[in-house]
Amino acid sequence: MAGETLTARPRVHTKPADTESAEVKVSVRDLHFYYDKFQALKNVNLDLEDRRVTAFVGPSGCGKSTLLRVFNRIYGLYPRQRAEGSVMIGGRNILDRDQDLNALRAMVGMVFQKPTPFPMTIYENIAFGIRLYQSLPKSELDDRVEHALKRAALWVEVKDKLRQSGLSLSGGQQQRLCIARTIATEPAVVLLDEPASALDPISTAKVEELISELRSDYCIAIVTHNMQQAARSSDYTAFMYLGELVEFGATEKIFTNPRDKRTADYITGRFG
Amino acid sequence: MASEMTGILRLYRRQDAVFRAVTFLSAAIVVVVLAGMIVFLVHGALPALAAMGPSFFWTSDWDTVEDVYGALAPITGTLITATIAMVIGIPVSFGIAMFLTEICPVFLRRPIGTAIELLAGIPSVVFGIWGLFYLTPVLQEYVQPALIDTLGPLPIIGALFQGPPFGIGILDGGIVLAIMVLPYITSITRDVFMTVPPLLRESAYGMGCTTTEVVTKIVIPYCRVGLIGGVMLGLGRALGETMAVTFVIGNTYQISASLLAPGTTISAAIANEFNEAFEEQHLSALIALGLVLFLITFAVLALAKWMLLAIDKREGRR
Repeated sequence: MAGETLTARPRVHTKPADTESAEVKVSVRDLHFYYDKFQALKNVNLDLEDRRVTAFVGPSGCGKSTLLRVFNRIYGLYPRQRAEGSVMIGGRNILDRDQDLNALRAMVGMVFQKPTPFPMTIYENIAFGIRLYQSLPKSELDDRVEHALKRAALWVEVKDKLRQSGLSLSGGQQQRLCIARTIATEPAVVLLDEPASALDPISTAKVEELISELRSDYCIAIVTHNMQQAARSSDYTAFMYLGELVEFGATEKIFTNPRDKRTADYITGRFG
Repeated sequence: MASEMTGILRLYRRQDAVFRAVTFLSAAIVVVVLAGMIVFLVHGALPALAAMGPSFFWTSDWDTVEDVYGALAPITGTLITATIAMVIGIPVSFGIAMFLTEICPVFLRRPIGTAIELLAGIPSVVFGIWGLFYLTPVLQEYVQPALIDTLGPLPIIGALFQGPPFGIGILDGGIVLAIMVLPYITSITRDVFMTVPPLLRESAYGMGCTTTEVVTKIVIPYCRVGLIGGVMLGLGRALGETMAVTFVIGNTYQISASLLAPGTTISAAIANEFNEAFEEQHLSALIALGLVLFLITFAVLALAKWMLLAIDKREGRR
């Protein structure tokens, strides 16, 4: 298979707590992606493991956000964008024409560059997503909302104003609300597309802390422009450049001993 | 050097002062014109209101010979035709706007959008002629008999569809108004729907929402201020529209429970009678009608504002 050498999964795990090999949640094979005639992803192959954070880094336009947008097929909202190849999630190729998109998106949650609270109360922001898939009695729904908010480290700040608009929160709180909303539906995979790019340093730290918290339960893919963030919060790092996956491996290895010169140049800030 | 600098600064300061004066003047003109209109309306309406007393508002005798003026028929006619226009116009407009922004294939967007803008450009007198010579016969021959046969016998709402099918009348006026407000409401709601940030839409779809859920739960709530604005603009137009309605309303001072009966509206009454209103009382009564129309539109705007406040409160935004 072309690109085999690039995607060879590292044998050694960096974090001592997770010594046994984790289950593969997302398996990308021979993925090509086109914006009309422009090819944005070229033959991407990689696996995302459960209970691990995989960071995608690379200069703007390298295709890392595009790759994330393939995993929940959100690109399908726009005409003339298409993907070829296979992305196996939950035992099936989600690029198949007959893939149920609502079911896929229940399985693959996404948090975007900017906070996008829905125009409703804080409580409803969480309950809304749960109600899409389950009809629960009020008390159980309350519990689920509380659990999700606690999980997103937001409960203490909002528990007295659940009936206020989600838009009344600060930017950092809004982003954590969006994360809470995403995990409330218990997805298998959580995609984070530069989740802290619009946030101040303190909010960023909180979101990062949250990501490492969530790591124990989810398969997380995060796109980031921030090298420190990638180094701090991920187990694996994928470096992408001009639509190609240049190097993929344990974060520690990518940052201390990259194989490819382009990776080395990028992470040391020589270009990008 | 320093004096040159202060010279430039002084020039800037003077420019700024002129600019401020000009903008203030523009703002002042609005207030002056509005105040002038109110004074004119109230002053002109006083003789008729003084003669008729409050019965001007709730009697329906409009007799220029006896100098008796009761405005209830045009008032109810105005409200009912506008209501019909909204009942038909809002769902259709929202439907078009949703289709254009959420569902429509790209190649169809431009032609449909252009068609709507062209519809807005048709002069109201053309709508009137079209209504009278095309729509009215169709209503009279097919639509109204069908309504009388199907909905007429029903309890309660049956009362709305009684009497002979005249063609012209309240329903006819309401339908013409609906078509006239359609492009206004549609183009505003479409523009408002377009203001939804793509990321918000994506995150809703990303949660696994269907298009229906995205539109009803996210897009419409997000846009509600603009949507109410669009509806109010359409309602304002429906309340005040004169020419087209005058063609098809029937212009009789009568109040009937049936929507098929002829009637009149405030603006149609004024337009019909103004050039033959020689008596002071008659003229004054027509101006009083204008005042009532002004008050109705004002009340509609106030209601809209209050609705927005109430929604904000419920949403917990205060």
